Amino acid sequence: MAKIKSPAMLEEYRNEILRKRERYTRVISLCGGPGCHAQHCNEIYEAVKKAVEKNGSSESVMVRKTGCHGFCEMGPIAVIQPEGIFYCKISLEDVPEIVERTLEKGEAIERLLYSDPESEKAIIKESKVPFYAKQKRLLMSMNEHIDPGNIEDYLAQGGYRALVKALFEMEPLEIIDEVDKAGLRGRGGAGFPAASKWRACRKAIARDGIKYVLCNADEGDPGAYMDRSLLEGNPHLVLEGMLIGAYGIGATEGYIYVRHEYPLTVENLLIALDQAREVGLLGKNILGSGFDFDIKVSIGGGAFVCGESTALMASIEGRIGEPRVKHIHTAERGLFNRPTNLNNVETWANVPLIINQGAVKYRKIGTKTSTGTKIFSLVGSINNTGLVEVPMGMTLREIIFDIGGGVPKGRKFKAVQTGGPSGGCIPESLLDTPVDFDALYDVGSMMGSGGMIVMDETTCMVDIARYFVDFLCDESCGKCVPCREGLKQMLFILEDITQGRGSLDQLELLKELAEVMRDTSLCGLGQTAANPVLSTLHYFEEEYIEHIKKKKCRAGVCKPLISFSINAKKCTGCMACRKACPVGAIKGKKKEAHVIQPEKCEKCGICFEACKYGAVVRK
Amino acid sequence: MKKELSPELKAVEKYGSDRTCLIPILHEVQKEYRYLPEKALRNIASMLDISLVDVYGVATYFRSFSLEPKGKHTVTCCMGTACHVRNSPGVLEEAKRTLGIDAGETTEDMLFSLETVNCLGACALGPIMVVDGEYHGEVTPAKVKKIIGKVKHQEGRD
Repeated sequence: MAKIKSPAMLEEYRNEILRKRERYTRVISLCGGPGCHAQHCNEIYEAVKKAVEKNGSSESVMVRKTGCHGFCEMGPIAVIQPEGIFYCKISLEDVPEIVERTLEKGEAIERLLYSDPESEKAIIKESKVPFYAKQKRLLMSMNEHIDPGNIEDYLAQGGYRALVKALFEMEPLEIIDEVDKAGLRGRGGAGFPAASKWRACRKAIARDGIKYVLCNADEGDPGAYMDRSLLEGNPHLVLEGMLIGAYGIGATEGYIYVRHEYPLTVENLLIALDQAREVGLLGKNILGSGFDFDIKVSIGGGAFVCGESTALMASIEGRIGEPRVKHIHTAERGLFNRPTNLNNVETWANVPLIINQGAVKYRKIGTKTSTGTKIFSLVGSINNTGLVEVPMGMTLREIIFDIGGGVPKGRKFKAVQTGGPSGGCIPESLLDTPVDFDALYDVGSMMGSGGMIVMDETTCMVDIARYFVDFLCDESCGKCVPCREGLKQMLFILEDITQGRGSLDQLELLKELAEVMRDTSLCGLGQTAANPVLSTLHYFEEEYIEHIKKKKCRAGVCKPLISFSINAKKCTGCMACRKACPVGAIKGKKKEAHVIQPEKCEKCGICFEACKYGAVVRK
Repeated sequence: MKKELSPELKAVEKYGSDRTCLIPILHEVQKEYRYLPEKALRNIASMLDISLVDVYGVATYFRSFSLEPKGKHTVTCCMGTACHVRNSPGVLEEAKRTLGIDAGETTEDMLFSLETVNCLGACALGPIMVVDGEYHGEVTPAKVKKIIGKVKHQEGRD
């Protein structure tokens, strides 16, 4: 394909794509996101393609594999347009019927439809499924219309129009002003105003004329996968955002730093970059505007701290990914000592939206200080696991109960953890807190990149604090003492408590340590590392005290504080637990009540799972 | 006869000999050997014209690199928060017991390595265990033995 040299040529190309597509009467979009991918959606996609070809309808039916649609709980999922039919939990066996009835005739197959848990009625349209209906999917909704390996899909959705507007109708400073007016705050965690960073980088003097814009796709928070789904599912949206930002800042080179645990993201991204270069949306003299810009992909090596700006830059340079003191801001001296601007995937993805519709309209969504939408990965003990995009200001309760469908298995909600290892646990009494950068900070947590992990009564809050400290202990780079040693001491204390050796004065010590770490650590990792401990200590102190004084773990998680036994009255002597026990700790003859030998029992809980009669008791 | 190029040389040819290419080169070379042998690190250092200590530093800093040989099969337990609250510690515990090794170790017969990962981003299926790239979702401690047993059976080691 020849390079596009002007906005008019781009529109011509777009019209040609749209014309080419008029022949399709139906489009089936199969989700290929991480959740569906793990459920073998690839095989289903291949089968649908084959069946459509065999049917001789490839001229009228378009089969597309897309990025994540969001409703991972129901995967593998598919949407059929123009009817908007939503199918969930589809399997290979369903393929012939889908092709014959839905793709040929537009009929909905009842058993594949989503059934509303309350009314038990089948819902045909995706837009009517409660999970989607209550969201505001400004960014995510595009995913299902896009095959990430095909730039034509993005163009068909109006892609790169914001870039044209930025390059040909706006001055660089106007772009920064617009983003400023929109109130865009960084989606990576801290919520710093994006335009302030851009302005500082624009002002900085580049000795050799080179400035960088970087995209942080080192999504390290466990339980968070929004950035992956955006970048993997709609890479051009992020590229367009970076192009606009680079033009505003005056940068000519860009890097996207992706964690190596996301190989599919890297693959899709490399294809997208090649295609953008081929048509002239990256490279020299983009669309004839005189603006030059290109992007490279840099792959991480699995270090959580590389999400921190200076550590990320060191890693791109091929050095050890350790953070440095920021006496001089990276806007002045960042990557290779040149002025650098770093934003997160979701932040960049918002930029085309702001330019397209203008700051005034953008600001109408969200709260006064937190504008726009935010994507959360709603996971853990929740009925509708998935990615949800909501306007800022929606309450946690609405997200967890109205969209997420609440806690499964009749269990009771206990807490929601936001902000990853830098965030905190929020109790039920604060569920009416709106998701907003400042409101979440005020309750001792933070927005973070968007992980939202729901916990029920089977999660021990002391153990969760220990889990995060253990995680950070492992991920601390070790460069500064407060973080390296402070986390270690915190872990010792928390292990003491979860193993029944704790004492009450250790709680004071935890608070003291937390304060020192916050005030003296080198980077954000250490400064916020104590948040999971402080927030659980604040809202769930009684659980800590119970562990220390009564040697009791009410959630049944901390092994030294629990024991397993068999209720002889309920035991039928079926031998299931005896066979399942990996250490041979269960004695008993067939049809006679069994007994667990405490000295052999390792408290793995397999017998508890294996017993169908509820005879195994965990105390 | 044409001499086969070393994985190091192939990787450098693919990515370039600039220092910024070090991490991708290490990934590529590790894919070939399943670990990073000393010889390879020395070769990479000389090809990139940087000191061995710089290569060693990066290779030991990042958790995805290993200087120890890895087993033929890799069992990976996801320890992300979503998996954690659905009992991934119990799953890891059972995997350790079944294989007789700790996380990060390899069995003596070089058949299995047990790894942990912070998050795979497929939280809907948690707890997740990955065996040689195949995802097993909603794993319980009781299922671990069966999943690993299947691979052992294929290897004639059960």
